[in-house]
Amino acid sequence: MADLAQHNVSGAHAGETRRDFLILTATAIGAVGVAATIWPFIDTLNPARDTLALSTTEVDLAPVQVGQRLTVAWRGKPVFIDHRTPEEIKAADNVSVSDLRDPQPDSARVKKPEWLVIVGVCTHLGCIPLGQKAGDPRGPYGGWFCPCHGSIYDTSGRIRQGPAPLNLVVPPYAFTGDSTIKIG
Amino acid sequence: MAQTRLSATSRIIRWIDYRLPFVAMLQHELYEYPTPRNLSYWWNFGSLSGIMLVVMIVTGIFLAMQYTPHADLAFDSVERIMRDVDYGWTLRYAHMNGASMFFALLYIHMFRGLYYGSYKQPRELLWILGVIILILAIMTAFMGYVLPWGQMSYWAATVITNLFSAIPLIGQNLVTFLWGGFTVGNPTLNRFYALHYLLPFVILAVVLLHLIALHRFGSNNPLGIEMKGPQDTLPFHPYFTIKDLFGLAVFLLIYSFFVFYAPNFLGSSDNYIPANPMQTPNHIVPEWYLLPYYAILRSITFTLFGIPAKLLGVICSFGSLFMLFIVPWLDTSPVRSSRFRPIYKWVFWLLVIDVFALGWVGFNPPQGIVVTVGQIATLYYYVHFLILLPVLGKIERPRPLPTSIAAAVLGGGTRLTSPAVPMGKP
Amino acid sequence: MMRTSMSRITVAAAALIGLLLLAPARGEAQETPALPHQQWSFDGVFGTYDKAAMQRGFQIYKQICSACHPVNHLYFRDLEALGYTPDQVKAIAASDQVTDGPNDQGQMYQRPGRPSDPIPGPFPNDQAARAANGGALPPDLSMIVKAREGGPDYVFALMNGFKPPPAGFSVPSGKYYNEYFPGHLIAMPPPLSDGAVTYADGTKATVQQMAHDVATFLNWASEPNLDTRHRVGVRVFLFLIVGVGIFYAAKRKIWSAVH
Repeated sequence: MADLAQHNVSGAHAGETRRDFLILTATAIGAVGVAATIWPFIDTLNPARDTLALSTTEVDLAPVQVGQRLTVAWRGKPVFIDHRTPEEIKAADNVSVSDLRDPQPDSARVKKPEWLVIVGVCTHLGCIPLGQKAGDPRGPYGGWFCPCHGSIYDTSGRIRQGPAPLNLVVPPYAFTGDSTIKIG
Repeated sequence: MAQTRLSATSRIIRWIDYRLPFVAMLQHELYEYPTPRNLSYWWNFGSLSGIMLVVMIVTGIFLAMQYTPHADLAFDSVERIMRDVDYGWTLRYAHMNGASMFFALLYIHMFRGLYYGSYKQPRELLWILGVIILILAIMTAFMGYVLPWGQMSYWAATVITNLFSAIPLIGQNLVTFLWGGFTVGNPTLNRFYALHYLLPFVILAVVLLHLIALHRFGSNNPLGIEMKGPQDTLPFHPYFTIKDLFGLAVFLLIYSFFVFYAPNFLGSSDNYIPANPMQTPNHIVPEWYLLPYYAILRSITFTLFGIPAKLLGVICSFGSLFMLFIVPWLDTSPVRSSRFRPIYKWVFWLLVIDVFALGWVGFNPPQGIVVTVGQIATLYYYVHFLILLPVLGKIERPRPLPTSIAAAVLGGGTRLTSPAVPMGKP
Repeated sequence: MMRTSMSRITVAAAALIGLLLLAPARGEAQETPALPHQQWSFDGVFGTYDKAAMQRGFQIYKQICSACHPVNHLYFRDLEALGYTPDQVKAIAASDQVTDGPNDQGQMYQRPGRPSDPIPGPFPNDQAARAANGGALPPDLSMIVKAREGGPDYVFALMNGFKPPPAGFSVPSGKYYNEYFPGHLIAMPPPLSDGAVTYADGTKATVQQMAHDVATFLNWASEPNLDTRHRVGVRVFLFLIVGVGIFYAAKRKIWSAVH
């Protein structure tokens, strides 16, 4: 808004500075007003309170026997909970970590070794791997097998064969008791 | 001409502007645009209406991102916006009260036009485009009110769509067609939603035409005489940009009062009850800005010339709006501004009182004195436009007009002069 | 010229306002007396909700009203606004059973509530509610304050409005006379009586007190964001008042070149 009118401006320099100051202040107020108004609009697009209320899931692990696997929903996605047998835990440890496509020791993926908590979404293109239900194929490593493009995960949920680039994601979770966890 | 070194941005703007003269157009139509120097604050309401239109579109789009247009889910989706969406309550109250503000601004803008003869030659088409905008706005507001699917939403939709059944022969079939069913229902809601989203953009286009028509001859002014030269004008920027911004700040204060402190004052509490097709509210009342048309509709309680009362009511009600199209030809006065029309300047206020009276009639149940007042007010409305406007123009002796705007503003002669040939596109 | 017209506008406006005030009131308002206005903590520009009152009101809802009335738009998690901690809210939720399902056998089942659940109503649907209440439908209380003219004043007056009918006014069985209910015949028996609940915070539970508390709670249930709205409103107002002043000064300065 630099272009002021060509009409006669009363000469005094002080008058002009006063006018410039007023215009500057007015412009500043306008800019602040516009910015302050834009934020609430954008904020309406953030997850609303009902969505946020579902951002954590509590799970009671007591009914899950050794060797059993449980699927729970968390933020609209399946989470695999595996009460691992000692053999499965040993198989997970008995691996040369540096040979893995996505190197991670099993200890970095669990809080208590007998409980594996992973997001059941294949890191290739998002299908849900098989292995949770009795009778499901688990692949040669006893973990999970993704039917879409053949990704194979081990008993720690790490990618071993197939096109997936990364291990199955471990969600943020914590033990809120001996046999309860809170995911998210 | 010496080529001074331009910044990169200026060079890009020059490149674009040479091929698509957008900046040059803005410079001409917004910065330099000659505006009568004597415009009063009554001339703020056009730009305020335009700003409110943009506010309604923006709040509307953000609401549309959260709203579910299904009869079973609509009411709850609105409550979710009010309760769970961050600042959802702001969006909803801003949109709801914004509609009322928009109509208040439009009506004041129109009454300004009526008082100062802004519709007179050569601005007839400008006026007609304005009436089209009003009609589109009424349609948009009516359909928008249905969307929350409250009791008033449902029953107002039922009553108003049922008006079309008054049309002889095809009426009932037309209503079934409009509804997409045998009552107002989910199909109705969905099509109203689609149209409610569409029409504001149609309004935007008509507003653009309205502005083009305005810039053809420039603004009218309180004296009603044309700009004759630069001494009569001021460039739009900075004089009227700052005046419009000041007016905007004052308006926002009033708007904010409603949004933050009285958000439901202008509305009906019945609309917070979910729609129930099996139970009619005790009083079906439209929003305040539709009350006068509603009053006229209900005032016709008798058959005339063989036309049943229901149909006649529809004709008179819609007619009150469509009659505005021919105002430029109903008014026969050679003088534009009521300032120089000693009789019409008072008669104008009779119309204002009449419209408020019609609003009061529309608000109250049609019993007793309300009906009588409504019938008198309806009669006066038509008499005002169809009889008073043409007659007054002929019999009135207008006061002498100033020679020019500059003369009047800076204190000059007041010789009688005929309305000047307008300056035309400068 | 315009100044004279401005005063004409004022006169006309005043006349119209006078007309409106003299107007016949809408419908039943003539039959029910004018609503007395109560003092609410959330009144006015700076009003906020009184959390203690809301908790007492919630207790009234839970122990008396919830037998017949749902609060369809409230979730347990909303109760944090009443001043409860997340753990208290979890406990309140867990004390209710909610319907979930279907499970893998296709059955719906009951389980303890969680904060993310809606607060369950007493009936599974409107028809069941009517059947249990002699054909009348107890309305949803989570919207009642906004859905009635007079809002919280109406709720308060209604609670206190159960009286013996005037002479000659016949009250059919199944209905009760209420001074403020449109038509005077309400299907709800008087819900409040002195000492009907024992308040957790020890306040004396008179009908007036209970009516006041439950009306406060119900106002929150209809308008949970009122506190935020008032707070933001004050800031917007102050900002705009400053803005009006600055823009007016700038306008005068720019126009001084011309006047």
